[in-house]
Amino acid sequence: MTTAPARSASEVLGKASSSHRLRDRSFVLLLAALTSVALIVLAVLLIDTGIDGIPQISISFLTNFPSAFPAKAGIQSAITGTLWLMGVVTFVIVPLGVASALYLEEYADGSRWWNRIIEVNIQNLAAVPSIVYGILGLAYIVRGPLSLGRTVLAGGLTLSLVVLPVVIITGREAIRAVPPSIREGALALGATRWQAIWRQILPASIPGIATGVILSISRAIGETAPLILVGAATFVAFNPSGLDSPFTALPLQIFSWISQPNDEFRLLAAAAIIVLLVILVVLNAVAIRLRNRYQQRW
Amino acid sequence: MATDATTSGAGGPNAESVFGPPRRRIGEKLIAAALFCAAATSVIITIGIVVSLTGETLTFFADKAVSVSGFLTGGQWTPLFSDPEFGIRPLVQGTLIITGIALLVAIPLGIGTAAFLSEYASPRVRKTVKPTLELLAGVPTVVFGYFALTFFTPTVLNSILGLDVSVFNGLAGGLIVGVLIVPTIASVAEDAMSAVPQSLREGAYGLGASRRQVSVRVVVPAALSGITAGIVLGASRAVGETMVVLIAAGQVPTTSLDPRNPMETMTAFIGATGKGDVPTGSTGYKAIFAVGFALFVITLVLNTISIRFVRRYRQVYE
Repeated sequence: MTTAPARSASEVLGKASSSHRLRDRSFVLLLAALTSVALIVLAVLLIDTGIDGIPQISISFLTNFPSAFPAKAGIQSAITGTLWLMGVVTFVIVPLGVASALYLEEYADGSRWWNRIIEVNIQNLAAVPSIVYGILGLAYIVRGPLSLGRTVLAGGLTLSLVVLPVVIITGREAIRAVPPSIREGALALGATRWQAIWRQILPASIPGIATGVILSISRAIGETAPLILVGAATFVAFNPSGLDSPFTALPLQIFSWISQPNDEFRLLAAAAIIVLLVILVVLNAVAIRLRNRYQQRW
Repeated sequence: MATDATTSGAGGPNAESVFGPPRRRIGEKLIAAALFCAAATSVIITIGIVVSLTGETLTFFADKAVSVSGFLTGGQWTPLFSDPEFGIRPLVQGTLIITGIALLVAIPLGIGTAAFLSEYASPRVRKTVKPTLELLAGVPTVVFGYFALTFFTPTVLNSILGLDVSVFNGLAGGLIVGVLIVPTIASVAEDAMSAVPQSLREGAYGLGASRRQVSVRVVVPAALSGITAGIVLGASRAVGETMVVLIAAGQVPTTSLDPRNPMETMTAFIGATGKGDVPTGSTGYKAIFAVGFALFVITLVLNTISIRFVRRYRQVYE
């Protein structure tokens, strides 16, 4: 539909349409090549890590604790640490993120200066480097006012701060996707503002909100930089016993093994990367299924 | 206020018997207040970042060993030595070199990807390429660090390209960070290109332009502010990226311009120093905050520019 007028036009203008088309063809090829570079890098990365890591994965690797001997080292405490962090992050970001999104979509009057500040502020927070949150966590959560120490709770709170803006932004999109007629219908039937939100808008937007929450959690458990500042203890040969327990996590364990000069530890890092990627793929698959299955078309 | 009118105001005396006692409106106000408090938390987080960074940065500069001019202009960064030097230039330079290399890679790849997806790709191709790019964006950066150190440097740079680089080098760090920010640039740029009105394309076709000419001379210029926003946002991510450079670029603050050598960025310094248990109040601990403050300011400026550019194209076309 688009090439036809171009061809007839070039005939009118008397241009050589064959050279035109050749240049067009090579331009498409160039764009396709540029597009494929990043995808090829991703493929090579997955294949290379798979070759290094998959042979290392065994039951004992999954159930052993970190060790000074590569053959005995495993990731049990890293997996349980990551699960604990996921729990804390979920517990913090769901209420805080959904409430913020509801306020901005349903209550905030966009012409008020304080609401504009909140909005611009969230956009900016989303792009603050995660290591800066690590510094905040070190100064105010591990030490300083909260003084929680290098604990599961401190790590989980810091990661929650990193992903909170993403939860709010995706939550707002999910709430915005509910048509105004639903809200207006509820209000017309005599519901109060909160009744309309709680009984109509929130249930309708839950699939979208849940997708955003799951994607945020998967981002949180891959974050390494803030945990380096907050967690620090990379040799933790026990599972966390509670929120006030020291911890390690998969990305921290991976980083610590990569930092070893010994090649055998680097292979273990590759194996731990595979485990981390599998967890991320499962989380993402759940998110996509949720979105496809429960998404309502209005 | 609008809801007061719709929910209870219009109902008159009957409203109370139908909707229950008016006490509920206090509940409504409480809920609104609670939601506002939740939203305001994000502002408190920002204040927390600014206050914690500024506070320790000020005590850093109050230290006898540190001067503001030495910090900004000095060419030596050795904060953990017994006779420490605090010139941030090597860290800023390392950050700039690695961000520069990353942008050299990511600008053509990102814009090419955006143009391909927006102007050429069939819906089926888009449906596979876009999720794959999201997957790329979702891979933890520590994984890219592993890849840069154990595969990209030895196999691609040394064996295939024969560049004779060090085990830790800025080039591998920069190139891999470049790949990492391609999804950022591509998705913002593609949004901008898709927002270009169809009528502009049709007008150009009517004047006899080919598809390539439409893409290059109409769509790209029309979407330029969005493309710029994507590039600036990508640059901000590259400046703030920590794990790849911490793992693959080495931790040697240097003023050498040769990217084949090890170098240290601002983020890598923060990560490397924060990893060891630096005692609170030591100058090394405060240096983390001073560098973090500089990093925060740089990324804040870049983000603000990016948001401005996005707003500009939204105003023009939407």
